[in-house]
Order: sequence, then C-alpha cells, then structure tokens
Amino acid sequence: MNLDSLLPNLGEWLRGTGPESDVVVSTRIRLARNLVNFPFTNRASHHQKGEIAGRAKEAIAKADLPYKLDYIDVAVLSPLDRQFLVERQLISRELAAVLDGPRGVAVDDKESVSVMVNEEDHLRLQVLRSGFALDEAWQDIDRVDDALEARLTYAFHAQFGYLTACPTNVGIGMRASVMLHLPALGLTKQIDKVFRALQKINLAVRGLHGEGSRAFGDLYQISNQVTLGKSESKVLNEIREVIQTILQYERQARNALVKERKQAEQDRVARAIGTLGSATMITSEETMELLSAVRLGIHLHLLDDLPATTVNQLFIHTQAAHLQKLMGQPLDGEERNAARAKYLRSKLRELGTSQR
Amino acid sequence: MKCQFCDNPATVHVTDITKSKKRELHLCERCARKHNLVPDQPSPHVDLKALLGLLTAPLVTGQLAADPAALTCPTCGLQYGEFRAAGRLGCPADYDAFEAALVPLIERIHRAVAHTGKIPQAVRRQLREADLRNLREQLAAAITAEKYEDAARLRDLIRQKEATDEPR
Repeated sequence: MNLDSLLPNLGEWLRGTGPESDVVVSTRIRLARNLVNFPFTNRASHHQKGEIAGRAKEAIAKADLPYKLDYIDVAVLSPLDRQFLVERQLISRELAAVLDGPRGVAVDDKESVSVMVNEEDHLRLQVLRSGFALDEAWQDIDRVDDALEARLTYAFHAQFGYLTACPTNVGIGMRASVMLHLPALGLTKQIDKVFRALQKINLAVRGLHGEGSRAFGDLYQISNQVTLGKSESKVLNEIREVIQTILQYERQARNALVKERKQAEQDRVARAIGTLGSATMITSEETMELLSAVRLGIHLHLLDDLPATTVNQLFIHTQAAHLQKLMGQPLDGEERNAARAKYLRSKLRELGTSQR
Repeated sequence: MKCQFCDNPATVHVTDITKSKKRELHLCERCARKHNLVPDQPSPHVDLKALLGLLTAPLVTGQLAADPAALTCPTCGLQYGEFRAAGRLGCPADYDAFEAALVPLIERIHRAVAHTGKIPQAVRRQLREADLRNLREQLAAAITAEKYEDAARLRDLIRQKEATDEPR
C-alpha cells in the first residue's frame, strides 16, 4: 500500500458526519487478542514475533470480510510514515516508535478498520467510526474478530476470558472510546467537574492520542477501564449513558454561550480565523486551539460558509507528519511552524474566509 | 478470615495442640490442597506428615505469603516479581501460574474475577459438544435404569439442542 495515497483522504474518523457530530468527533472500539502457545509480544523472540506476524498476516489475508485489509509492515517504514499512521489513528505511538521487531498493521481502504500485529498484545483490532456510533462500531469489530478467530486460536481462559499481556485488559479485552469536542464546557470551566464524576464511575479521560497525551483543542477521549465481569454490551451501554449526559451538558453550555455572550464568542471565532489566515509561524498546539474555536463557531452558526469537514482537513493536514508529506520534504520544528502557517493561509484564502 | 497464603477466604482450619502448646492454621481449599492437607480423593485421612511440616515451619510459610515474587511460570520462565516491576505478563500460562497472586490484583483493577461476555467460536463449539455428550450419557444411563420418563425428557432436550444452529 502506498501511504501517500491516503494523504488527500480524511479517513473515517474525520469524516465529520455521523450521529451527534456537533460534539462527538468519533467512536473507536479496540479488542486485544493473543494467540495460544506463544509468549506475549514483550517476551517473544524476534523469531517468534515473525511467526506470529506470519500467522496473523495469513488470517488477515484470508479473512471472510466484505472488504480487503492491506497489511503494512511497520518495521520497514520510515519514522515519518509511522508518525503519519499515528496521526491518522491507525497505529499507536508504541507500535510506531517504542516496540521493535516484526510488527505491522492491516487497514481497510476506508481507514475504518485496522488490525495491529505485535503491539502489546499479538493482535489489536480497531474500528473507527465518525460520530457517536458504538453499536455500529461493535458490529464491525465483532465481525472482524470472528473472521480472524476462524483462522487463529486465541488464548482464552474459562475464568478470565481473553488473556492479555496486561491484566488491565483481561476479560473482554475491549476498550471503547468516544472522542468528544467539549469547548463550551472548557470555556465555562465545568470540564473538571465532569471528569471527576467520570473517574468515580471508572471511566477514563484522555487526550487526543490516548494514554498520557494532553487534551489539545478541547478534544477528549472517554473510555471504559473495566474489562472483566461485564459483558461488551453492558460496558457499551454504560459509556453510552455517560456520553449522552455529557452531550447534554456541552449543548447546554453552548446555548448559554450564545445567549449570554454571543458577541464575545463571535469575536473569538473571528480572531481565530484571522490568526489562522495570517500567521507566518504557528505551532501544532496553537493550530488545534484555534481550530477548536472555529469548529465551535461553525456549530453555533457564527460562521456559515465553512463546513466542519474543512476544519477536520486542516486539523489533520497541519500535524507534523502530514505537513511534511504535503510539502514533500522533511522539516524541522521551526520550518514546520512556517510551513504550517503557509498551508493554513493558502487554504483559508482558497476558501475565501480569511477576508471576513 | 483470610487464607494465610493468599487472599482467598480460609475454609480449612487446623488446630494442633502438642504438649499444651496450641498452633493454628487457616487456609483456603486451594492452598490446603497445594500443601497436601486435603487429599485429592475424598478420604477420612489427613496427611499428618504434611500437616506437621506446615505447623512446625511457620517461617517458610510466612515467607511464601509475603513474597509471591518468587513464583515462576513453568511455561515462559517469568517470575511474578518481574511482572510486578514491568506490569506485563510473559505468556497466557502466567494467569494460571500466578493465579493466587493475580486474583487479588485483578479484583482490585476490575472489581470482578470472572469473565462475562463474548466467548470464541471454537470454545463455544467445544462447550456445546461437551454439553451434548453429557446429555447423551445421561440418556443412556436413564435407559439402563429404565427411567423412561427421564429418558424421554433428555431425548427431547438433545434434539432441541442439536437443532439449534452451530455457533457462527
């Protein structure tokens, strides 16, 4: 697969459509699975990892699925290409930069399904969906899981369920996470209250790139932590209920913003567009913060001729690896900031919104 | 009361009085079995040698309880202590090898110790076959015993189970 062919596409999770897409960016479910009779990846030899990858590749190639999964050998990719896949949410930072030896990822052409091989667990199946779509994502991943299991023997224990390298994943091996854009709760300083409540009921809150990453641009991932003792459907229902509550809070906060300080919000959004369209140096973090304001402006109808999809495109294309691919050359930090600003200026000019 | 070796509830209680000195042991069934206190086959005899060994060597048992770090997986060679340091298990067999130490940990993480939810198709097929085999044996036994009402009920149950589709 030529990775550069993915560049013009937004990928499933940034399609910007799907249920509740004014607040919910995307839904992701992943399953951790391991093969019997092999050590877990961290204790497997190079040779064993090769064998695991071989079996996984064969099962993936022959899987009875309505779409094709293309296997990408991550070990031979350049650091830039690996980072590119991380930015597209197709592989983890660990698979890209921390782990070594034979490893890879199989991806469908919509970039909705991905199967990481030799991550922390032998297999990490993932389905990404635009908007709030837990049921659809579960149906998709359940099917991929069955298709692979038809050709592989999973490590399964009568008491503990699907066995994983880390006991925090044992049982159903499922992590369902919903990415939310919560700018109004941030602006009205209610966000911490929401998160404290979430932690009490055992749901985790993370930034854009998962574990340990900061929440840039008011994007948060909410996911389950418990994987043992509750069925998949029970876990999904619990998350669904919580997300629905957060959705309500965010929308209330947005309504309050429009009602009480529309002028100030309009000004903030206009300034964000202004900075994005005229800066000559801009960091990825600042871009995300400004795009967050623009995204909110679109949903509050403070801006009307900019589609949400465009924000998503700017969002993904201004990340480090995407930017370097677009520019066709490696760039260091300073150069990236200049290139990012240049890209944003030309894009916004193209859209005719920078003159507003 | 908790087992002196692991965190499971103690169900085997031993009191030994020798020369007016009282010694007590409290264990869960698994640990009692491990130390040969409970015979594998039902029997009225207690292994006295094993019991005495345990009672007179409190130091060794105390170490075991305090230090599961030395537990080693016979399949991958990982020691429990290494797992605690790195947070990652070495192979699927660790879940059995470290069970006594892992169960309390898993319970703290998940507030549960048993899986509910999806089961691999291959395992579901095995369970179904075992279930049917068991029912057929019961049916044969019922026929031999001339319990024809039971036999008829079992036969219907078997037919019904056979008719439901194999798991996907």
